[in-house]
Amino acid sequence: MDCDVIVIGAGVVGAALAYGLARKGRSVVVLDGADRDLRAARANFGLIWVQGKGSDAPAYSALTRQSSDLWPGFLNELSNISTSRVDYARPGGLVYCLSEMEYANRHAVNERTHNQGAQADTEMVSRVQLERMLPAVTLGPDVVGASYCRLDGHVNPLQLLAALHRAIAALGGKILFRNPIDRIMPVSGGFRVSVSDGTLQAPRVVVAAGLATPGLTEPLGLAMPLKSERGQILVTERVAPILPFPASGLRQSADGTVMIGATNEKIADTAVTAASATKLAQRATRIIPALGSARLVRQWAGLRVLPLDKTPIYAESSDHPGLFAVACHSGVTLAAAHTDVIAPAIANGRLPDDLAPFSNGRFNVQKCA
Amino acid sequence: MFKSVHDKPGKASDMTVFVNGAETAAWNGETVASVLLRAPGAERRSTVSGEPRLPYCQMGVCFECLVIVDGVASTQGCLVPVAPGMRIESQHGPREISK
Ligand SMILES: Cc1cc2nc3c(=O)[nH]c(=O)nc-3n(C[C@H](O)[C@H](O)[C@H](O)COP(=O)(O)OP(=O)(O)OC[C@H]3O[C@@H](n4cnc5c(N)ncnc54)[C@H](O)[C@@H]3O)c2cc1C
Ligand code: FES
Repeated sequence: MDCDVIVIGAGVVGAALAYGLARKGRSVVVLDGADRDLRAARANFGLIWVQGKGSDAPAYSALTRQSSDLWPGFLNELSNISTSRVDYARPGGLVYCLSEMEYANRHAVNERTHNQGAQADTEMVSRVQLERMLPAVTLGPDVVGASYCRLDGHVNPLQLLAALHRAIAALGGKILFRNPIDRIMPVSGGFRVSVSDGTLQAPRVVVAAGLATPGLTEPLGLAMPLKSERGQILVTERVAPILPFPASGLRQSADGTVMIGATNEKIADTAVTAASATKLAQRATRIIPALGSARLVRQWAGLRVLPLDKTPIYAESSDHPGLFAVACHSGVTLAAAHTDVIAPAIANGRLPDDLAPFSNGRFNVQKCA
Repeated sequence: MFKSVHDKPGKASDMTVFVNGAETAAWNGETVASVLLRAPGAERRSTVSGEPRLPYCQMGVCFECLVIVDGVASTQGCLVPVAPGMRIESQHGPREISK
């Protein structure tokens, strides 16, 4: 055997798991795909988001809260090990409501989440309260109020990914980029994969290849039901600080750029469209009209990795012990939980029973763990 | 720094512009960025690294030429032709968005 664990996929999910495994003293090799692969980890919005998450799935909601609470400690250690700067803040986050109806709907989502037993950490704030929270801007006339969750935060997702990659290397792990795997071969005592200069064998394999995950696990009988969803994002030039709170769809990075996004489109390519740019810019300027004078410098699209019920999938194969697969939306939010909770479980060789709500068995597919 | 190719002894400039208040000779058809390359002390400070910067690509892609032109901050100097009396000021922080 060449190492303890092979992780397939060096996106934010695979990298957080590999980092967590390395922290547990496991030797890891991470294999990443081709240059033109889909990479949600490089296209996302950077929110570490609790409010409304898993409003119909209590276990997901609890895991999200746990991850959000683990984030400060997770990042502190990650910054030290990787010796990198990662911009992160947790001032709480907003969902702006641009009509009485949006306000009422948002209120209902919060009630639903709290009724499930989650602590009441989200509140509705009026326009007047919002004005006090955002002294540097004038709100547009349509803004009725917002919901505010004190647990929410944001991070620079590219710095996060780079720090994870550096930390893996610092802990003795290896990442082989441009090393797409076409299949995983079960062998006695583990698994074998082909790499550019030969083969690699390990007793455990974790597949975290985003939307490419089912293609690798299903031949081994491990179903991972995923769909994709396109999200487009706009970014402005750097401007002086105006937004002290990240919001769903509108946040200002530590560097000053304002990010506006993301659309939800049932389209499987990563093209950008003028129609979506218009829609995004219109909503942003309804919230803060002065943003109309900021120059847009980039627009891009990424594909979300969405389990069919939107709840993360943490799966292990019963036919092939040692084969794990992980796929989720909100891999940035969950990065701390992946490193501190999921990776240690995989290091121990078994996903604990309290992760059962995340198993792929819940989809009632023919083959499941 | 640089000297304009039009700057010949005994030949008058086409116009005067103001770089951080200082009268500066300029010629028809040149850009604000080209003036910045020869005006003393006309660098901006990068909002990221804090380092001094001057126009680089001259074709609108690198954003190293950001400057305040007639009161408008974050203007790309390489994309704007000079005009008589133009006020060009170095920008040292991110642009302010009006309230
Ligand atoms: C527009 C948008 C906005 C988002 N906003 C947020 C947000 O604000 N907050 C948040 O928490 N989440 C957000 N997300 C979700 C988050 O980005 C994803 O959950 C996360 O990036 C998924 O990461 P991943 O590592 O699973 O997938 P990916 O980033 O897609 O990585 C998969 C990796 O696997 C590799 N790979 C694929 N096939 C193979 C193969 N055969 N062999 C080897 N390697 C392979 C690829 O090369 C790739 O690097 C957003 C996503 C999108 C699209
Ligand atoms: S000099 Fe590069 S954008 Fe102007």
